[in-house]
Formats: sequence, C-alpha cells, structure tokens
Amino acid sequence: MGKLEIRDLNQSFPRDDGSRLVVLDHLSFEVKDKEFVCILGSSGCGKTTLLRLIAGLDEAQAGSIFLDGEEMKGQNPKIGMVFQEYSLFPWRTVIDNIAFGLEMKGINKEERYHIAGQYLDLVNLSQFRNSYPSELSGGMRQRVAVARALALDPVLLLMDEPFGALDAQTRNMLQKELLDIREETKKTIVFITHSVDEAVFMSDRIIVLTPRPGRISRIFEVMLPRPRERTSVEFAQVRREVLDLINQNSSIQ
Amino acid sequence: MEDAVLSRHEQNNNNNLWLGVCAILLGLVLWEVIAAGIIKNPFILPAPTDVFSAFLELLQKGRLLLDFEASLIHFAIGIIAALLVGIPVGIVMGWSRRSDAFLDPVIEILRPIPPLAWIPFAIIWFGLTSHSAGFVIFIGAVFPIIINTYSGFRSVPRIFVEAGKMLGCTKTRDLIRYIAFPAALPSVAAGIRIATGVGWMCLVAAELFGVSNNGLGMALWFYYNLHQMDYVVVYMILLGLTGLFFDMIFRYYIDRHFLKWRIGEVA
Repeated sequence: MGKLEIRDLNQSFPRDDGSRLVVLDHLSFEVKDKEFVCILGSSGCGKTTLLRLIAGLDEAQAGSIFLDGEEMKGQNPKIGMVFQEYSLFPWRTVIDNIAFGLEMKGINKEERYHIAGQYLDLVNLSQFRNSYPSELSGGMRQRVAVARALALDPVLLLMDEPFGALDAQTRNMLQKELLDIREETKKTIVFITHSVDEAVFMSDRIIVLTPRPGRISRIFEVMLPRPRERTSVEFAQVRREVLDLINQNSSIQ
Repeated sequence: MEDAVLSRHEQNNNNNLWLGVCAILLGLVLWEVIAAGIIKNPFILPAPTDVFSAFLELLQKGRLLLDFEASLIHFAIGIIAALLVGIPVGIVMGWSRRSDAFLDPVIEILRPIPPLAWIPFAIIWFGLTSHSAGFVIFIGAVFPIIINTYSGFRSVPRIFVEAGKMLGCTKTRDLIRYIAFPAALPSVAAGIRIATGVGWMCLVAAELFGVSNNGLGMALWFYYNLHQMDYVVVYMILLGLTGLFFDMIFRYYIDRHFLKWRIGEVA
C-alpha cells in the first residue's frame, strides 16, 4: 500500500520585516496507492517545502500528513527520498551507498549486499558496484540515488527534481528508466519538477501549484496511454493545456 | 596517444626526482667545500664527512637507538593524548552550537599560549618524567586537531545528514559515526598531520629540561655541552628525517588508504 493524504497543510517563514511569508496555504490533496503524481510549479511555489514536509525533514505549522491512514511525524522508513543535489556519500562505494539503509537496519553484510545488488541491477549499474560516486557521471549518480532509496523497500518514493541538473538526453533516458522501475516495483511516487514536458511524460496526475502562497491551481488527469510519445499530437495538446495554465498563473502574479 | 602522454608524464616525474637528488648532492658538496676548505673549524661548522663518521661512532656506541626510542615514547604520549582529547572536543564543538559557544572562548584563550610556556607547569605537574615531555607535545598538537575536526564537522553538507536521516540513520550517535565523521575525515586527517608536525617541533624543547637521560633533543643538547658539534648535526638530521617520515606517512599511506574516495574529487 502507499496512499498519501495531505490535509490542510500550512507553512510560512518569518520575514525580516516581521511579517510572515506564507509558502503553503491550506494545501490538501491525496495520492492513490501506486499512483505517479507530479507536483508542478515555477520556482518559489513551495514544491520543495511540501516535499520536505512529507519526508519529515521539516515540521509543518499546521495540518497533517497520513500514509495509509497513519499520521507521519518525522522521518519514516516507509518513505524514500531522492534529492535534487547529489546526495550520495562520496566516501562509500556504489554498493555501500545502496546498502546504507539496510546497514542502519542492522542487516548482516552478506544479506544487505545481496539486496543492494538487486537494486544495482535494477538501475543497470552492476559494473560500477565498487566505484566511488566521484567516478560516476551525474546521471549514474542519480540512478544510484534511486536504487539507494528503493533498497529499503519504501511504499512511497519522493523525488525532488532528481533530473534537474542533467542534460536533456540523459534526462529523457532516466525518465524512461524510472517508469520501468516503477512498473517493476509498484511504488507510489510523488515527483517534483518545473518541467511541463517531464510532468506530462511521467504522471498519472499533475498537481499544479500557484506561486506564493502555494495553493493548488488545478489537478490534471493525464489520460495518455503508456508508453507515451513526446512527439504525438495528444501529448502536445496536454502539454499546451498545462503550459497555458502556468503562464496564466504567473501573469496574475 | 594516451600511452605517450602517460609515459611523458612519468618521464617528467623521473626527471624531477633526479633534479631533487642533484640538489641534495650539490648541497652536500657545497657544505663540504665550505666546511673543510674555507672554515676549517669543525666546532663552527662540521663537514659532512665528519658528521658521517660521527654517525657511525654513535651507532657503535649503541646510543642512537635509545635516544630514538625515548623520543618516540615522548612523542607518542603527546600525540595520543592530543588525539584522545582533540577529536572528541572538536566533534562536540562542531556538532552542537551550544557546546561551541561554551568551549570556544576557553580554547581561544589557551591556544595562543606557546607550548613551551607550559614547561614550568609540565615539570610541576608531571615531574621530570616522559609524561611532562609528552604534555608539552600534547599542548602543541591538540589545538590543530581540535580546530580541524571542528571545521570538518561544521562543513559537513546538510544534504548528507538529511539523506542519512531518510535512510534510517536518525540517532545523533549514528549520524556522527556514519555520516559526519567520514565526511569530515579529510579535514580531521589534515589536522592530525599539522599536529604531528607541531608536536615534533616541540619535542626538542620538551626534552631539553632533562626529563630523561635519552631522547634526540636531550642528546643534541648533551653533545652541544661537550662541544661535539658533529654529533649535534647527526641529531639535527635525524630529527629532520623523522619529521619528514611522519609527514610521508600521511601523504602516502593515510591519504591513499583512508581518503581514496577523494582522489577523483580533488583532481
């Protein structure tokens, strides 16, 4: 299972002049089990704030987060996260990075290498098993980061613009790979991006946020059949619809 | 193509090595010419040949090894104590802002006091023992270790800590052991390297006040009083070479084995 419910989430930060900058304003939505949802919005709309709250890395001022009916407080092993920046531990080899969470759970060496090896295969990097992160390209690093997050078998995978720093080709390739991985592992995925193209290519639903304060502007159901073709007319149509909305939102600002 | 580049690179390294050896040989020749040809007074400047025969004499007397052993014991006492105190203090200060605010003023006041100024209290507290020499070396070595451990911990990227938390590493003790310490290790190692250098420099002075009958610094002073300057030079060279040896351990062994992962990052 992996059903996520966000109820009435509020977050604001103090500003220098004493007032508060409202980042998330009474945000509520649900993500169904095994659903792929993209949170889309321009920079500064609170996407990352939202994800950090779900991850339990920050605490919300008000509101609550439920995963399969259980209220989330702090970090929870049921939730995996892939960060925007490179977050692999540079002092650990690829396999030891993937096995890190298992090591923390106290699983013995043989078993954790066995499990980590499977996830290494899943991201097609078996030949880099004993390499250090500094020896990998950006795309490979993020694939290892995905494997590392999956190794603890979370029900929900949070991804914070994980492919944002990559070049376009690598990015497209990793998007396809991620969809394959999702097919195989059946995770619920909440994916943050500012790329409309990426959102339309991957999601079951797209939640568009307005900038400052972050509210839900609209939720798109993407009904396109998979695998999706970026060049198809239908794809272009959905893309245009989403883009129009985002342009509207930013012109109001 | 790549092979050619590589071998040229190696050739350069070899050439540079030879240049270094040439400089040492040239230095020795110059020294011999000045000492034996111009000054002609082994009290003021003993020639390399005098020093070499002094070295052989000292070996025969069996004194060198004893001095060496005594110095290494003093040094080990000082460095080990500095590690045992410096690393935990650096970790605590680097990890918690409150302990930093609490400890920092005391450390900043004690730090500028030259290690040799502690000699009177070293004698009062520890008497004329190896421990008092060790104490002076400790004072010299502990601050670089504290400061580098501290700054290493301060600059652990937040993303590593958060990634660790998401993977079930949530206890402070585990976060320090599995995330912060390895991330700070390059800086900690640099601190230890500086500390061994400073500690070794404190050694001669720490031994001068007569904590034992042996020790490289002690012997150096002893032979100065006998006006056997060729023996003094033997001890000076040994002190230099041993210090160099400690530094080499760091440059080659520690960096290659414990900080292997940084090779790609720095280049």
